[in-house]
Amino acid sequence: MIELQNVCRTFIVGDQEVAALRNIDLSFGAGEYISIMGPSGSGKSTMLNMLGLLDRPSSGTYLLDGGNVTDLDDEQLARVRREKIGFVFQSFHLVPRLTAAQNVELPMILAGIPADERKQRVQVLMRNYGLSDRADHKPDQLSGGQRQRVAIARATVMNPSVLLADEPTGNLDRNTGWEVLKLLEGLLEQGITLVVVTHDAEIGARAQRRIHMLDGRIVSDESIQNDSK
Amino acid sequence: MYLRDLITLTSSSFLTYRMRSFLTGLGIAIGIAAVILLTSIGEGLHQFMLSEFSQFGTNIISVQPGKTQTQGGNVGIFGSVRQVTLEDADALRRLPYVEHVIPGLVGNAEVRYEGRTRRTMVLGEGRDFGKAFTMKVQNGGFWTDADDEQARAQVVIGAKIQQELFAGQNPLGQYLRIGGQRYRVVGVMESKGQILGMDMDDTVFIPAARAMELFNRSGLMEINVSYRADVPAETMIRLIKERMIERHGREDFTIISQEQALEVLSSVLNILTFAVGALGGISLLVGAVGILTIMTMAVTERTAEIGLLRALGAREQQVLALFLGEAIMLSALGGVLGLGIGIGMAQGLHLLFPALPVHTPWLYAVLAELSAVSIGLAAGVAPAMRAARLDPVEALHAE
Repeated sequence: MIELQNVCRTFIVGDQEVAALRNIDLSFGAGEYISIMGPSGSGKSTMLNMLGLLDRPSSGTYLLDGGNVTDLDDEQLARVRREKIGFVFQSFHLVPRLTAAQNVELPMILAGIPADERKQRVQVLMRNYGLSDRADHKPDQLSGGQRQRVAIARATVMNPSVLLADEPTGNLDRNTGWEVLKLLEGLLEQGITLVVVTHDAEIGARAQRRIHMLDGRIVSDESIQNDSK
Repeated sequence: MYLRDLITLTSSSFLTYRMRSFLTGLGIAIGIAAVILLTSIGEGLHQFMLSEFSQFGTNIISVQPGKTQTQGGNVGIFGSVRQVTLEDADALRRLPYVEHVIPGLVGNAEVRYEGRTRRTMVLGEGRDFGKAFTMKVQNGGFWTDADDEQARAQVVIGAKIQQELFAGQNPLGQYLRIGGQRYRVVGVMESKGQILGMDMDDTVFIPAARAMELFNRSGLMEINVSYRADVPAETMIRLIKERMIERHGREDFTIISQEQALEVLSSVLNILTFAVGALGGISLLVGAVGILTIMTMAVTERTAEIGLLRALGAREQQVLALFLGEAIMLSALGGVLGLGIGIGMAQGLHLLFPALPVHTPWLYAVLAELSAVSIGLAAGVAPAMRAARLDPVEALHAE
């Protein structure tokens, strides 16, 4: 359902061309659990932005659910992001002025979903994530784990087919990090494709499919059939 | 995105940055208040002037001897052009649409009653004076003799004359001496006060023919023609001009229409009000700079948030709308505050100085609010465009 064909991404830094992604060929099926690992500067963040349609390839083709999304305009890209892709970030990226419930509601507001339906969906999600009593709290009144749970609720409220998590546990202590990971992994049962970018080998090892990157190239792509954990 | 959600989202940032938003809005509010206050005073003066000028009634055209090319005083009183006479007045009375014709001249004379003397203004007028002009007779009435040489020596006196010469006595039927001639009092005018510096109460009115005799003149100073309200002034001027040229052989007279005089006055006052309002507009400009500054700051501060919105599927247009909406809302709320302050100050001034006429036309209030909104729009465009065009990846990683 996701297919990258010979994708390159180059940046101009000063008067130098820097290649962040070089000739990437990659495809994921629905419901896969993928980790992307590599040292900083290896191109894993660029890869994530590319998969999330925040960045465009300099060359190559990106197919999402069978459709070519390489040459879509801003409006079409926004629509695809809204409907098919969820993001979870290391630093949560919650809007500090809005309550937890309003943060979860935000993607639906942008999508123009009527208020009653939004209320209902937010309520269900908040309950599922154990956040019901935190709904009216502002992000700065929440713990790190609660914040990331709000962020995950926000990322899944539009029922995306792909969830992209960029170091989702990076700002959390070990126990909270595991809880958040379990929450993310629980989404796999609903058929979501989970892509976790991390430099933590322990976390990366939880995925069935582990991709290692170095200097903008995929250096290894191994699938483990038996989940060890 | 629904408009209501847009408003909720934009107002969330006001609630967070209360002080900052209030101060920025205040910049616009002061501008709007200045515009409203100054135009209220300007418009008040405007209405005051117009009502002073139109106290006599507006459907009146005046014919004066002598042709003037400009709006200055005419030379007819001293020159050798043909006089405007009572016969001319009779001829004008037969024109269509005419309601009343009042021949007129003015002079000064001594008025005496039982040893009391007062030097006062003497107006020679026609019998329909009270009907043509909006001046009421309080007691008695105008004479009924036709406006010709046979008019008897009768007088209508102003309120002040009654007070000064008759001191509470009923003056009707009494005889006054005006410049040595005996006049029978037939009416007392209602007190009218000063109009453009002329004390209308310190005046006596006598038939024009008697005034001509009194002042030893062979012509009138003017003929005032009142006409039906539904007839345009131009039509009436044309008719009067034709009739007068017919009688005099050439245009040796001047026609002054009150409607036209009012139009000139009104346009001058409009320019004045506008100029004063424009001065207040300068402070609006300063308010606009404030909005521009705050919005530029907001975009910089919320860069990561803009990135997030894009990642959540916001279109460039939606980001634009959010920031534009915020700028417009800031200025619109500032505008409303300014309207309140401006109108409040205008009314307060009026309470403190009742002589100062103020009037806030609704149109000005609406225009002021609209200009506040468009100022917010104009000031918000550049920062909002910058926000919309941010690269999502770079924005997301800005901290």
